[in-house]
Amino acid sequence: MPVPRFPVEAGHVLMFARAIGDDDAAYQAELADPEGRAAAPPTFTMAAAQFDDDYPLRPKPGQKWFGSGAGPGEALEGSGGLHAEQHFEYHRPVRVGDILSAESRPGRSWEKTGRAGLLRFSETITEYRDAAGDLVVTARSVGVLAEASGPASDAEDNGGNG
Amino acid sequence: MPVRSDEIKVGESRERVVVEDLKRTQIVQYAGASGDYNPLHTDHEFATGIAGYPGVFAHGMLTMGLTGRLLTDWFGRDSLLRFGVRFKAQVWPGDTLTATATVEEITTDEGGSLAELSVRTVRQDGTEVVSGTAAVRLEGVA
Repeated sequence: MPVPRFPVEAGHVLMFARAIGDDDAAYQAELADPEGRAAAPPTFTMAAAQFDDDYPLRPKPGQKWFGSGAGPGEALEGSGGLHAEQHFEYHRPVRVGDILSAESRPGRSWEKTGRAGLLRFSETITEYRDAAGDLVVTARSVGVLAEASGPASDAEDNGGNG
Repeated sequence: MPVRSDEIKVGESRERVVVEDLKRTQIVQYAGASGDYNPLHTDHEFATGIAGYPGVFAHGMLTMGLTGRLLTDWFGRDSLLRFGVRFKAQVWPGDTLTATATVEEITTDEGGSLAELSVRTVRQDGTEVVSGTAAVRLEGVA
């Protein structure tokens, strides 16, 4: 899904850094002085999901959510996939104050037979650009979907981490 | 804190524990910050009852983020040129993860010197959970 506007905000970068256990004082300092333009953690562009209106892995008011409530939830259509690989190429660091946008396109796809049966791998390439249109990060994500029934137990052999 | 090209050598390696006894709450924290609320990672009822796993497990991207701290602590966040991993095994609550980065090659391109690194993260039983590579820009020697 395209993300037209992904503002890289000091508070958001601080929350993300905390979540990965990064307590660099520079993130705190950004709150007082956002002009510091601190670089974000290297995986921060994943948080573009927050700015994707159609992102399926976020509950939305008035829409059905597939997680548990009174019952255990239900399988989300086409969501049995796991995350097999993630690659980033940094054209420059992402910095607090950047206004990024993201566009994704499908990459290669291939199959492999594992212990649990047929595994289908597919790549998604996402380009993050700044307000001037310059490329900041190119991300390549590989997802894997097991054809066999049950959970992708082969993830232990073939990669896969949701 | 960029590293100068004469400050590191091929074969040099750094290792650190990037999380000890991973708590479910940290997985929740990562879900909130990243926006990835896949219930596989935070919803025990769903993970066991619907998805058929023994319980919730960490986002691969939480493990990659934790692993990245080894690189950014060593070379600084401004120096990264590339960072890529394969997710080899799931990370469960209670796991302790140790990341290792090794300088495989020091080379140059049009931008100057750079170091090519291998990266791996293992859990307490030695199982590799992430393996990958990174490249970082080195500062020239004045």
